[in-house]
Amino acid sequence: MPERRRFLAGMLKSLGAATVGGIAWTGFLDGKKAYPIILRPPGAVPEQDFLAKCTKCGLCVEACPFKALVLARPGDERPIGTPYFKMRENPCRMCRDIPCAAACPTGALDLSLVSDKDEGGKGKLNINRAKIGLAVIDRETCIAYWGIQCDACYRSCPVMDKAMTVEYTRNERTGKHAILAPVVHSDHCTGCGMCERACINQKASIFVLPGELVMGESSARYVRGWDSADEERMHELPEETETVTPRSQKKALDYLNKGDL
Amino acid sequence: MPAANKYRFTVLRRTVQLSIMVFFIGGSLLGWHALRGNLSTSKVFDAMPLADPYAILQILAAGKTVAGEAVIGALIVALFFGLFAGRAFCSWVCPLNVVTDAADWVREKTGLDSAGKSFALNRNVRYWIVGISLAVSFATGIAAFEWISPISMLHRGIIFGMGLGWIIIFAVFLFDLLLVKRGFCGHLCPLGGIYSLIASFSLVRVRHGSGKCTRCMKCLEVCPERHVLSMVGEISGAVLSGECTNCGRCVEICDFDAMKFGIRFSPEKHKTGIA
Repeated sequence: MPERRRFLAGMLKSLGAATVGGIAWTGFLDGKKAYPIILRPPGAVPEQDFLAKCTKCGLCVEACPFKALVLARPGDERPIGTPYFKMRENPCRMCRDIPCAAACPTGALDLSLVSDKDEGGKGKLNINRAKIGLAVIDRETCIAYWGIQCDACYRSCPVMDKAMTVEYTRNERTGKHAILAPVVHSDHCTGCGMCERACINQKASIFVLPGELVMGESSARYVRGWDSADEERMHELPEETETVTPRSQKKALDYLNKGDL
Repeated sequence: MPAANKYRFTVLRRTVQLSIMVFFIGGSLLGWHALRGNLSTSKVFDAMPLADPYAILQILAAGKTVAGEAVIGALIVALFFGLFAGRAFCSWVCPLNVVTDAADWVREKTGLDSAGKSFALNRNVRYWIVGISLAVSFATGIAAFEWISPISMLHRGIIFGMGLGWIIIFAVFLFDLLLVKRGFCGHLCPLGGIYSLIASFSLVRVRHGSGKCTRCMKCLEVCPERHVLSMVGEISGAVLSGECTNCGRCVEICDFDAMKFGIRFSPEKHKTGIA
C-alpha cells in the first residue's frame, strides 16, 4: 500500500529529525548545566535543582530592597535569566525577613533552608543560616597578611567574630610587630559578600565563591583526637571500610611476604 | 466602514500587549503592585500567582517538584485560556507577536510574499518540539525550552535588561521575514503549540456567516494561521481549531460582517458539521 508506506516513511523522517534535534538540544543544555561559578540568593536549593526550578521571573530581584540581585542577561556568560549577586558591586545585606526567598513562587528559593525549626516543627526565619557562598582570602595579596594593618573585611562582616576573626601572630620579618590576619570560618560565613565589597585592594583579596567549590571533605575515619565529640562519630561508622585498592584485596601477610611492596 | 475600524482589534491587542509590559516594568522599576515578575511567573497585586503552564510542565518533566503557588498559577492561566479565551495568549499577550507581525508586515510590503519565497515547514513541527522539549527536560533535568526561548528572552529583557538578547529577537524577525512566512509563531513555537492544545475546547471563537461572505478571501490573506479558516465561504459556524489565536484580524478586515467574535456553540439551529 503506497499510501501507508508514504505515511510510515514520513513518520520515520519526522522521528529522525526529532531525535537529531533532541540530541543536539540535550548536548547544548549539558554544556549550560556545567557547574557555574555563580552566587545565588539566600535559600537557594542545590544548584542543579535551582537550574531546573527557577523560572527566571525576577520576583526575587524585584523583592530585594537593595537592588543587589540581578538576572543574567544573554551575553553575561551566566545561566541565562537566573538571579545572582555581584558581591564587589552590591552584596547581600542579609535582611531578616529574607524578601527575595519569600517572593519565589516555584520553590527554587526555599525558606525552610534559611529557617530554624522550633519544637513544634515550625520554621522561624534565620538569615544566618544562609549559604550563598563562602568568603575566601588570597593571602598573597591581602595586605593584612603582609603585616600592614587593615581589618576592613573583618569590620564589614555582619557575623563578626563568628564568621570572621582576626588572628594575631608575631611578625617574624621585623621581629617587633604583629600581623593581624583576617580568617574566615565556614560554619558561620553566609557568603553575603560584604567583605568582598569592603576590601580596599584594587581587586578584592577576599571574595565569595560557591561553598561546594572551595571546600574539601575530610575522610570519615580521620578523628580530631582532642575533641571527644568527634570521636563519637566513629561509633556510627561501619566496622569495615569500603575502600578497595589493589593492595587491600589481598591479606596483609600475603603481600608482605610476597615482597611486591 | 471607516478605515480605522480595519485595525480595531489590532489596536486593542497592541494596547493590551503594551499595558502588560508597562505594568511589569512599573513593578520592576517603580515598585507598582499590579503585576510583578514576568510572563514566566508573576504575581497580581502581590496575591494571585500566575505561571506559564508550559514552563511548569517542563520543570515537572525534569523530575523536580514545584511549589504549590506556581502550580496554582499555571492552573489559573491554563483554565483562563482553556475554558475562555482560547489561544489569545499568542496574539494578545506575547510580546514576540509584535515582532513576528512586524516581520510579516514587511514581508508583504516588500513583495517577499508574492515572490513565494518561503520554505515549506509543517505547522505540526511545534507539537514535535513540545514533545522533544519534554523529553530533553527529562534527560537533562532542567527545563529545556526555557533556556532557549526567545519569548522569555524578550519579555524578561524588556523588564530586566536585554543584554545581547536583541540578536536572538532579530534572528526570529529575519527567520519570519526571509525564510518561512509566519515561521516562528505559526510553525515552531512550542508555547504556541501548548496553547493550541489547551485552547481546543475554549469558549470564545470567531464565527463565520457564509451567507454574508462574498469570498473575497481577505480574511485568509491576513490570517496568521490561515488553515483554521477552511470553512470560509462554504459553511457557517465557529472556527474551532485551537490554533486560531483569536487575534481578530479576519473580523476587522471583513467588509461584509461575515466574521464575528462569538462563542463556540452555535446559536442558530443550523449546526455545522465541523468537529
